[in-house]
Amino acid sequence: MRYVIIGTGVAGIAAVEAIRSLDTSGEVFLIGDDPHAFYSRPGLAYYLSGEVPEKQLFPYSKHDYHHLNLHYVRERVVSISPEQSNVTLASGQRLSYDRLLLATGSQAAPLRVPGTDLEGVVKLDHLEDARRIVKLARRTREAVVIGGGITALELVEGLLARKVHVHYFLRGDRYWRNVLDEEESRIVLHRLHEDGVTLHFHTEAAEILGKRGRVVGVRTKDGRVVKCQMVAFAVGIRPRIQLAQEAGLNVDRGILVDETLQTSAPGVYAAGDVAQVFDPLTGHAVLDSLWTPAREQGYVAGLNMAGKRAAYLKATPFNVTRLAGLTTTIIGTVGRGRDEDIAGIARGDSETWRELPEAIVAQSGFDVNRLRLLVGEERLLGAVVMGDQKLSLPLQKIIAGGVDITPIRPKLLARGVSLAEVVADFWEQVRGQFYAA
Amino acid sequence: MALKDFFRPEAIRREVLSAGHVVPDSARCVQCGICSYNCPIGIDVRRHVWRGEAIKHSECLTCGECVARCPRGVLRFARTDLFVGRAK
Ligand SMILES: Cc1cc2nc3c(=O)[nH]c(=O)nc-3n(C[C@H](O)[C@H](O)[C@H](O)COP(=O)(O)OP(=O)(O)OC[C@H]3O[C@@H](n4cnc5c(N)ncnc54)[C@H](O)[C@@H]3O)c2cc1C
Repeated sequence: MRYVIIGTGVAGIAAVEAIRSLDTSGEVFLIGDDPHAFYSRPGLAYYLSGEVPEKQLFPYSKHDYHHLNLHYVRERVVSISPEQSNVTLASGQRLSYDRLLLATGSQAAPLRVPGTDLEGVVKLDHLEDARRIVKLARRTREAVVIGGGITALELVEGLLARKVHVHYFLRGDRYWRNVLDEEESRIVLHRLHEDGVTLHFHTEAAEILGKRGRVVGVRTKDGRVVKCQMVAFAVGIRPRIQLAQEAGLNVDRGILVDETLQTSAPGVYAAGDVAQVFDPLTGHAVLDSLWTPAREQGYVAGLNMAGKRAAYLKATPFNVTRLAGLTTTIIGTVGRGRDEDIAGIARGDSETWRELPEAIVAQSGFDVNRLRLLVGEERLLGAVVMGDQKLSLPLQKIIAGGVDITPIRPKLLARGVSLAEVVADFWEQVRGQFYAA
Repeated sequence: MALKDFFRPEAIRREVLSAGHVVPDSARCVQCGICSYNCPIGIDVRRHVWRGEAIKHSECLTCGECVARCPRGVLRFARTDLFVGRAK
């Protein structure tokens, strides 16, 4: 049996681990075009902010790759042929397979303004991008950040940590409007302002200005010029579906898969950011760009590839992130509509978060510690926990576990209650369901 | 927690708890490595989390540095558990 896996991200690695848990003798080819192979992509944000050194971003040692007994091919795959069961590498070499996994991830959506080819225009996709930012930041006094979602703020914070003055362009007057509510968005923007970021509301870039090939500023649509030596953008991501699309597999925004993560071509699987997976919560196939679902999907795909039938059940998506220095947990469905700063989906994002059905919003909190609950008929549908994180884990368990909240529902909806206390008391009663006594 | 338990529903998942151990909630982890980087005696905490294992390391000081530094609330201390702790 020969397994070919395209992509050295967490989905690809998890697939190899799963295959090797069942099949120690089959041939495994792991192909990837990232020169650094497997590393923590979310960790790039902490590398930018200086919290971890680069060498710390690698979960796998040489020994670990060796242990999996695989052939690592550092190359780009240019096409796949499900009819002939082979893939073609950039070098022209062909490689046949019995089972193929597409774990090609996603990449930054392009910024569509003139001047993006200038030196100093950056994004945050790969380790190479992060390296470039770190290097450029040394001779950058002012930077413009364009976009939304988590990555835009990671860029802002990374640059602040490197003593760069940041101008943040927002198309409207809100940050991440389809996930955060008005108050949460206001808290984030207020903190950015306090950290010295210059916020430019209702501002869109018209052109990046350059001199001798380097960025010197941005001209806005309303005719202003903001001087800067760097432009960093995060305007959404695109699943890398091209190989699948050209081979005629069923694709939508991502590659469509069944519950075993098999694509429309027998023997060809997809997992991770590139896969569009049926979501029982919303009733249709959605995209995530989240580390843990990518790992879980990779693992389940690997099991199926090695002949053990396993179904992937999409779990309640959640993320814990820092927004302007405030730890924030987002669980389940919390918002709706679209965000003008992002096209489609962003990093650390889930389409499920924006699928809020009819629900009542309960919220309480003061200052920066804030709790928002989306209260359904019998279950909690989602939560945003900002600041104090004591309830982050309990709420993750309660929401993902679909715990019946009927006993506390009236209290949650009463005026002037401390939601945090109600939830904390409730957790004491139900935690036994999750942990041994 | 063995890796095969990783995908079981939470409700039937049992964690092996014993005094002073740091335990992970692996589903929250993005392998950034901040925990391992800040461990004063160099335990590769991140690797334990990848495997879904408690940090059962004879040299662990239970100083809590990894618990405090983790930006995602992956790690916590588990109390001694009389029933489950002895099972292994
Ligand atoms: C800056 C940043 C912040 C993030 N923050 C969070 C967060 O807070 N929380 C969270 O849960 N997730 C976060 N994520 C998202 C998370 O990292 C991804 O969901 C996860 O890495 C997806 O894994 P994957 O294996 O599907 O794809 P990737 O990790 O993207 O791996 C895909 C691999 O495929 C390779 N590849 C693609 N096409 C080809 C080809 N034709 N030939 C050869 N190789 C190819 C690429 O080189 C790459 O190595 C963040 C990501 C980034 C970049």
